[in-house]
Amino acid sequence: MTTHFVHDTCVLLRRSLRHVSRSLDTVITTTIMPIAFMLLFVYVFGGAISSGTTSYVNYLLPGILLITVASGVSYTAFRLFLDMKSGIFERFHSMPISRSSVLWAHVLTSLVANLVSLTVVVLVAVLLGFRSAAGVTAYFAVAGLLVLFTLALTWIAVIPGLTAQSPDGVSAFSYPLVFLPFVSSAFVPTRTMPAAVRAFAQHQPVTSVVNAMRDLLTRQPVGSSVWIAAAWLLGVLVVAYAGAILTYRRRIS
Amino acid sequence: MSTRTVIHVEGVEKSYKDLHVLQGVSFDVSAGTIFALLGSNGAGKTTLVRILSTLTKPDAGVASVNGFDVVTQSAQVRDSVSLTGQFAAVDDILTGRENLVLVAQLRHVANAQKVANDLLERFALSDAGGRRVLTYSGGMRRRLDIAMSLIGNAPVIFLDEPTSGLDPLARHEVWTAIRELAEHGTTVLLTTQHLDEAERLADRIGVLHQGRIIVNGTLAELKLLLPPTRVEYVEKLPTLEEVFLTLVGALADVGERRE
Repeated sequence: MTTHFVHDTCVLLRRSLRHVSRSLDTVITTTIMPIAFMLLFVYVFGGAISSGTTSYVNYLLPGILLITVASGVSYTAFRLFLDMKSGIFERFHSMPISRSSVLWAHVLTSLVANLVSLTVVVLVAVLLGFRSAAGVTAYFAVAGLLVLFTLALTWIAVIPGLTAQSPDGVSAFSYPLVFLPFVSSAFVPTRTMPAAVRAFAQHQPVTSVVNAMRDLLTRQPVGSSVWIAAAWLLGVLVVAYAGAILTYRRRIS
Repeated sequence: MSTRTVIHVEGVEKSYKDLHVLQGVSFDVSAGTIFALLGSNGAGKTTLVRILSTLTKPDAGVASVNGFDVVTQSAQVRDSVSLTGQFAAVDDILTGRENLVLVAQLRHVANAQKVANDLLERFALSDAGGRRVLTYSGGMRRRLDIAMSLIGNAPVIFLDEPTSGLDPLARHEVWTAIRELAEHGTTVLLTTQHLDEAERLADRIGVLHQGRIIVNGTLAELKLLLPPTRVEYVEKLPTLEEVFLTLVGALADVGERRE
């Protein structure tokens, strides 16, 4: 059955990657919002925000990358929703294939599509003056955190993808995810926030992920921040995965 | 014709909350025959097909396909059946050929490209094979849908309202395809709400009404249920369908294809 799983997942992955490559506008659309935020913060608010570092684009890129993923996974949910509605999900399920590969193909497609969007956003950031002297290990660590973040959000996105009744409902779940970085250390240091907001901002996963990525990219001693970030992401990933599988079982029985 | 039972349904019940869709359905289908499940909207035809194709479980009763129980041996059942849903489940963004290749690869068929090309030819879709399905007409989509369910030569095929929403010409094409299937030994379970469709295609007809099979028999047997025939002189006028098909030159085409 495992050979089936790998083969079937590859076949279905090729299918949904074709969907992505034939509607490249969806990938572009997901990068427009983070790029607009980046321009807005660098050229409009940036002068007034004292981040303590010399280049504000360096400071804000980690948060922008998380927003990119948050808006990207709404298309993952949307693609899954379309498969449920069109009946092709049921066709696959009535065939002698490994059933879980139907979901995994969507998850892996989400990973690929988001990595493409992230690359586009990083390239724009470089044009805006983003520079980092980080070493290869640090880059790999940043990429690893982004992959974990994408997988965690993707499994969250599977739930509305399986249960939504309308195309509007399916993408609405991503709005809170997009705004989470604003109440974190992603754009401004948390110390100026009112006590209650600060307490939330300092203890939510986006802050620890952003801080870890920022430390890695600016060659600061990372200490435990990377492990705290990874623990957060793994925790969210496990809960989201369990929730998604539970939803899936309910949906197909 | 063999009399081996390929589809066996006995006392199957299924409820969705307070709605008792199936209330003890029983029937058998022999190998290589066409069985039409006739019923109005909401009679439970689709629910029954979903149970037989392992997409949902019955609350009570037993059902088996090709000798395998739909609940306990669902993987073997999926190996034996092919489903064509009520709403043509084809991939709009892929081309017709890519849809066929996709199913062929998932069914581990050797030489997927050749299988796809042969089916495109057989269902008169060769010219459209390279176009995205989004651009297809309703009839073309349904033909592609049926072509997809033929891949892998499953011994049993479920067709859930295969001609709903089709124009008369496309319906004739689908009927021809279904007849060919049965001629090649495939067992076909067909649901329909069109009485003439059951009359033209089916070896046996079961009428599903209010969650039960109220009648099950051949067309001749069903006709005997009504008062005996009286001989009357009736002027035979062409039906509007015959007029339509003659005008668009379809009768000739369909006739040619059948031979």
